[in-house]
Amino acid sequence: MTTVQTAAGPEQTMVLNMGPQHPSTHGVLRVLLELDGEIIVKADVDIGYLHTGIEKQAEALTYAQTITITDRMDYLAPLSNNLAYCLAVEKLLGIEVPKRAQYIRVLLTELTRIGSHLVWLGTHAIDLGAMSVFLYCFREREELLKIFELVSGQRMMTSYFRIGGLALEPPVGWIDRVQTILRTFPARFDEYEELLTKNRIWLGRTQGVGVLSADDAISLGVSGPSLRGSGVDYDVRKYFPYSSYDEFEFKVPVRKEGDCYARYLCRVAEMRESLKIVRQAVEKIPPEGPIKADAPGIVAPQREKMKTEMEALIYHFKIWTEGFAPPPGEVYQRIESPRGELGCFIASDGSPKPYRMKIRAPSFVNLQALQKMVEGKLVADAIASIGTLDIVLGEIDR
Amino acid sequence: MTETSDLEQNPILAKIRNWRPAAVAGVDSFRGELTIGVYREHIRPLGEFMKSDSDLAFTYLSDVTGVDRFPIEPRFELNYHLLSLSKRERVRLRVRVSGQDPVIDSVVSVWPTANWHEREIFDLFGVRFDGHPNLKRLFLPEDWEGYPLRKDYPVEGPR
Repeated sequence: MTTVQTAAGPEQTMVLNMGPQHPSTHGVLRVLLELDGEIIVKADVDIGYLHTGIEKQAEALTYAQTITITDRMDYLAPLSNNLAYCLAVEKLLGIEVPKRAQYIRVLLTELTRIGSHLVWLGTHAIDLGAMSVFLYCFREREELLKIFELVSGQRMMTSYFRIGGLALEPPVGWIDRVQTILRTFPARFDEYEELLTKNRIWLGRTQGVGVLSADDAISLGVSGPSLRGSGVDYDVRKYFPYSSYDEFEFKVPVRKEGDCYARYLCRVAEMRESLKIVRQAVEKIPPEGPIKADAPGIVAPQREKMKTEMEALIYHFKIWTEGFAPPPGEVYQRIESPRGELGCFIASDGSPKPYRMKIRAPSFVNLQALQKMVEGKLVADAIASIGTLDIVLGEIDR
Repeated sequence: MTETSDLEQNPILAKIRNWRPAAVAGVDSFRGELTIGVYREHIRPLGEFMKSDSDLAFTYLSDVTGVDRFPIEPRFELNYHLLSLSKRERVRLRVRVSGQDPVIDSVVSVWPTANWHEREIFDLFGVRFDGHPNLKRLFLPEDWEGYPLRKDYPVEGPR
């Protein structure tokens, strides 16, 4: 509590507690807002309500088992988390994933990006009062969830990527379903833009709100669309390409204004670019081919082989009982998740379980920028600022 | 694994050795990632140098990660993952901090993003950061006892 000078003389500020249960904090986030009337004098962010000890848990599971807990961090983009983790372990092991699996990974990860941005757009819009947009976005997301269910059996916590490739061969006809999405989505994105982009209320609530300068963004470690909305073009897919992203043609939308509106435009443009990548992936994916690396002792042999060949049986047994042990060492693998730079640091001690797994969650770092964005500004703009950062508490708290 | 002679040619390492050879504890390259070992007392000035030098320009701190190497001493290992946006370079700085005296200078004055990373390490490992503006627990309640990510803290079950 501090004292501020007002027109009526010195007054005490009021501490308004926002959260942890609040429809607009997008999860269990608590922000203590010290207010002088409607101006936020100080904002203190309190996290940890969703801390479940995922990193500690990973030390008790084998490398293959850990994939299942990575889904649950950024729960709006589970395939991104799977990808970051699998790429890190594959780097540690030094194994090469077959191209077909890489392209399928790219396709599904880009669909995940679209799905995540749809949730962001729907929730951000509904926070600011545009309720219909929420339902339209979730209508589109439903189609994406149906595709994830088709390939992996799960709508959300897919765990579809494995060390060395994919879990299962995608079912016959799945590409046609992806084609349907490619045909219908562009018009739907046009619909959202028609509702929001030139809407006076939307402009009023997002332009000039939550401004973050490029220098502040870099020094605060912000990444993803929150950084690109402030004019810095850092996108891990372009800077440090992974999983064959360098074979795809796509642009990285960047804006200079650094306000909520700029980040909105970036994310909508990113959804369109993701569709472009999916279109290219559909062309590139060969109809047949291996979906797992040829790495005996790490990647399990096919079941038919396991039932007839002795070596395959022994490999199968050793993999499922002991697990595989990567060489001792550390790796840090970055990917571009819908929220920014998602990093997976794994330290191996030569045992079948990760010695240390750390996930560098983009929302965790981006949330630090909230203080800069809201202090000195109106309370109503705090809602827009939280929404524009696109945070997911699962990955913040882990 | 890269030959030691190739590693010594690495321009980033050379720059640092040139600036202050006493700061470097070692160097390693694994799976294409360069790791430079740094002695604890040099971390903040080295950080300032790596950020402000125009050839290095490591203005972006991606992540600070703690690892508990119990029972090996020095027990706590801190990994600073740096990124140079202009040069598209990345490097890892590694510092070891002993279990008896788990303190190190905070780098918040160099890279403000380190604020929450250091709080997280304090919360889960118990390493203290000198000069940190707000060194409080981040995830766990303020009155929690113990540091969960230490190796001598159980995964589950009664303590």
